[in-house]
Amino acid sequence: MTSLQGVERSALATVRRGLSLTPEFRNGLAGTFALAVLATVGKVIVPIAVQQTIDHGLRGPVPDVPFIRTVVVVCAAAVILTALCGYLMNVRLYRATEASLATLRVRGFRHVHDLSVLTQNSERRGALVSRVTGDVDQISAFMQWGGLMIIVAVGQLLVASVVMFFLSWQLALLVWACFLPLMIALPRFQRWLSAAYTRVRERTGDMLAAVSESVVGAAVIRAYGSESRTAERLDTAIDANKSAQARTQLIVATVFPLTEIVAAIALAAVVLLGVRLGVGGDISQGDLIAFLFLITLFVSPLQIATEVLNEAQNAIAGWRRVLGVLDTPPDVADPGADGVELPRGPITVSFEDVGFAYPGGAPVLHGVSAEIPPRSRIAVVGETGSGKTTFAKLLTRLMDPVSGRVTVDGYDLREVRFSSLRERIVMVPQDGFLFDGTLAENVRFGRPEATDAEIALAMTELGLADWVEGLPAGLDTPVGQRGESLSAGERQLVALARAYLADPDLLLLDEATSAVDPATEVRLARALEGVTRGRTAVSIAHRLSTAEAADEVLVFDRGRIVQRGPHAELVAEPGVYADLHASWVSAARS
Amino acid sequence: MASKVTSAVMRKGLRVLGVAIRAEKVVFAAAVLFSSVYGGMTVASAWAMGWAAENVVRPAFGAGDVTTGVIALGTALILGTAVLKALGVAGRRYFAGVMQYRMQARSRRGVTRQYLKLPLAWHHRHPTGQLLSNANADAEAAWAPLAPLPMAVGVIVMLVTAAVAMVITDPVLALVGFLIFPAIALLNLVYQRRLSPLATRAQQLRADVSEIAHESFDGALVVKTLGREDQETARFRAKASELRDANIAVGRVRGLFDPLLEALPTLGVLAVLLVGAVRLESGAITAGTLVQVAYLFTLLAFPIRALGWVLAELPRAVVGYERVEAVLSATGSMEYGDAALASGSPARLEVRELSYAYGDFRVLHDVSFEVEPGRTVALVGPTGSGKSTLVQTFVRLVDPVEGAVLVDGTDLREVARGGVSDAVSLVPQQTFLFDDTVRGNVTLGLPISDQEVWEALRLAQADGFVSALASGLDTMVGERGTTLSGGQRQRLALARALVRGPRLLVLDDATSSVDPQVEAKILSGLRDAAATSAASTVVVVAYRMATIALADEVVYLEHGRIVDRGTHDDLLVRCEGYRNLVTAYEREEAEREALESDEEINA
Repeated sequence: MTSLQGVERSALATVRRGLSLTPEFRNGLAGTFALAVLATVGKVIVPIAVQQTIDHGLRGPVPDVPFIRTVVVVCAAAVILTALCGYLMNVRLYRATEASLATLRVRGFRHVHDLSVLTQNSERRGALVSRVTGDVDQISAFMQWGGLMIIVAVGQLLVASVVMFFLSWQLALLVWACFLPLMIALPRFQRWLSAAYTRVRERTGDMLAAVSESVVGAAVIRAYGSESRTAERLDTAIDANKSAQARTQLIVATVFPLTEIVAAIALAAVVLLGVRLGVGGDISQGDLIAFLFLITLFVSPLQIATEVLNEAQNAIAGWRRVLGVLDTPPDVADPGADGVELPRGPITVSFEDVGFAYPGGAPVLHGVSAEIPPRSRIAVVGETGSGKTTFAKLLTRLMDPVSGRVTVDGYDLREVRFSSLRERIVMVPQDGFLFDGTLAENVRFGRPEATDAEIALAMTELGLADWVEGLPAGLDTPVGQRGESLSAGERQLVALARAYLADPDLLLLDEATSAVDPATEVRLARALEGVTRGRTAVSIAHRLSTAEAADEVLVFDRGRIVQRGPHAELVAEPGVYADLHASWVSAARS
Repeated sequence: MASKVTSAVMRKGLRVLGVAIRAEKVVFAAAVLFSSVYGGMTVASAWAMGWAAENVVRPAFGAGDVTTGVIALGTALILGTAVLKALGVAGRRYFAGVMQYRMQARSRRGVTRQYLKLPLAWHHRHPTGQLLSNANADAEAAWAPLAPLPMAVGVIVMLVTAAVAMVITDPVLALVGFLIFPAIALLNLVYQRRLSPLATRAQQLRADVSEIAHESFDGALVVKTLGREDQETARFRAKASELRDANIAVGRVRGLFDPLLEALPTLGVLAVLLVGAVRLESGAITAGTLVQVAYLFTLLAFPIRALGWVLAELPRAVVGYERVEAVLSATGSMEYGDAALASGSPARLEVRELSYAYGDFRVLHDVSFEVEPGRTVALVGPTGSGKSTLVQTFVRLVDPVEGAVLVDGTDLREVARGGVSDAVSLVPQQTFLFDDTVRGNVTLGLPISDQEVWEALRLAQADGFVSALASGLDTMVGERGTTLSGGQRQRLALARALVRGPRLLVLDDATSSVDPQVEAKILSGLRDAAATSAASTVVVVAYRMATIALADEVVYLEHGRIVDRGTHDDLLVRCEGYRNLVTAYEREEAEREALESDEEINA
């Protein structure tokens, strides 16, 4: 599996599976729910108090003030009690949801790192970030507001209805008859709104993409004087976003007050019918007045219903996306504790009839067999697309072969514990990604326990001490976001130093010095060699100076190793290598 | 950090609101008008209820009958006030939204306009993430209080109307209101003051968590290859836990104040019943009045919170507004003169005593050289010697701190806007492609025929893979050109420069990801073009010999200073640094061979 698919689930199953991943939420949920019910009961205190006052306190010619006082005191106590329940429920709810969602966030984050490179690259980075940020926030917003509102709103409608039917079933039916069409129409309104919100999200996405392009591409825009064109694109995106927002607001503004009108119709109808019933002696005056208050309890649940439904939908969608990540099995999995722990020391790697194809694609490696003996220097060469990077990814177990196997000291790579494997075999990719921090912090990423002195020593051993000294703050120079304060070549120097400090038994360089000047490159190669006595070094490079220095050159062409042997031998025989070398020599030395 | 509702923040916040009101007078007036209708009608609907209770319900229950006319009037009052109120709500919501969105769009246009206008040096001083957030989150936060603002104005109308109505109805009952409603407002203020800093902190932590995830996932390959998943997860967990605690702190305050704010008006209604009963006993009011006032209390309880919402948004708005303003008022935008550069023939470049510094850190010292029209000069130097910075001054991406860059004798700072990019094209080291078609990425919106585009693609050795793409020139290259390989992207960037037939072409190690064979073809194409009328003056930053060999002259830099200049052959002879750099591979090979033969001898 290479993309995030997860499993198709119904909304209910999604919620159930989501909750099963976050047990913190379910602990004490029953207590929280009971408190929520008690808090909701507080809503009908006023109508009941009004009804009691009118029917019993004001029945006679003179108001029964002591009775009313008793009613008021009892009700006030009830109000304070239900408020306290509300407080306790809120605190419990926030604690449980935040604890469970923090767990979900961290699990998701870890899982993204556990996914294979192929799966990671099948998704846009921003989308993966959303899985542990925005999507989780959406779930939390729903749990703390929308979900609670559903409980409160349903509770409010239910309690109000029960009280209504108790007071007068005829009037209660009438109220329901008034509100029912609105309730039936609500899901339709919600669909309109949801479509409108989706449009806004898309337009906002477009706008952010346009803004980010204008910031990230600032140099190109200036160098080519395309400011006015960029400005036009920005304005279009910003205005489209604004229009989408305004259109959505129009729907919201139209739907929201409908409830008020329906409530007024219900009020008028209750007065009309109530008066008739009252004349017939079926209900009391207080019952009727209480109804007028009870109807107001219908307004807010229905007013917010579309928004709550919308949030519920978003939360479920967010949950599905998060589960999509968590349910995607890491296809290049760590055998964990059952795996083999390799002792440190010289390392032998074998490719045994290895084949590889990207999912759904044609094979890119065919029956590759090779032995990389300990303490050897191997160069891998070939044209773009010949399979050399695939070879590197299989060697470092960023991917698993489709057929055949790769072994290290006789063990299948798939059986070796990641913690052991990543210590023994380290790859330096072409793009030297740096973290926002100082140079020293980035180098230390290779070995967290390294001291400043060790880092300085490593830089000296690599012949980079002069370069470090020339930087504004030496090893403490901040490298900026993604290392952008350094040049491309300098970033590669740091990435190399980082891998060097990690001190693996096999170091794999994937065009790791492509942007570095030749003198520095040669110096680095020599330094790596010097200390790599005892260490295996595999280099992929299109600068063939590396191949000249190697013990053995593996020449790739269309997914096969077509030639192998030391440089001197290969360059003498006609073939792919001789051609590559000739064109390199003419470029590098003419 | 202005996260608390202090009086200074309030003053600033009101000024921000003032800016919006002045900018969108008509929309604001409409929103306030509708909101006032809403406010007035809310009070009127309570009055209609009271009227119906007094004149319809009580007579019906008391006398056993009412006239149809009174019933009709009562019904009409209830329905009429409700319809007007609904209309007010709809108009208020719509116009409040429109005002908010218009102001956001206005800020966004202004901010992004500044991004395009401010010099690259300014961009270098501000992280990308911050600039994105200025245009997005800050522009949004700045105008967030506009959404509840008209409602708050309507609520004030509502409260004044209610106060007047209550005083007229019964001053003693009104007194209950005068105690309860200020209490709600005060409680709300305390609430927002307590909540605001906590919410701001949670917001900040949310951004931090996102930042870590972004960085960590961007560096996923490094994390994986060095086996640092545990450390990264620990780093993320620490921030996520902080966010959890911050959210719980917010929840605690919300959880306390929300039920209190709901309980207070309910207690008010109960107080009305008690006081009302006493007043009823003394005959000062009727039962209808009692119902009316109680009903009014239930109606006012919720809207009165809108005042708090505006207050709650103010601190964030002030911060957002100040950040947006900081961008809008940023100076140091590039000044342009009105000189024009000639067109047609290759340009003459002169770099005169140029120095450049990032902050206090000087990276170029007193650099001087000139390139005669039609000539090709290679800039060579070790990694980090200042080459990329130097070539950026040729297209005025940055201006020198001292000295000048002159094209045809004209200081680039005196050239009119757009003049430099018409004459000079830079292909930077880092390729940047727009989320656009291949054609759009090459032309960048200039009216250039497809034939010319193909010609440029051919020269950049990009015609082959472009014609193999599904939709040819119309193929979308995707976000940041991710659908293409590094070498392909570099060739498109090269075609972008070539298609303009620049008079000065500047290549900053622009073919580093291209296979040597392909690069050789590109270079020979450029050499051929140099013989035609479409020739350019060329400055090229390079390490590869073949590229350097293309140059008539070499300028060798070390630590931001010119060490030597001359032909490749001359420099090889007399400049040691240069020799070491460009012959590194041969020397290495020679040394190794010597070493191997030594070993053989020793063996």
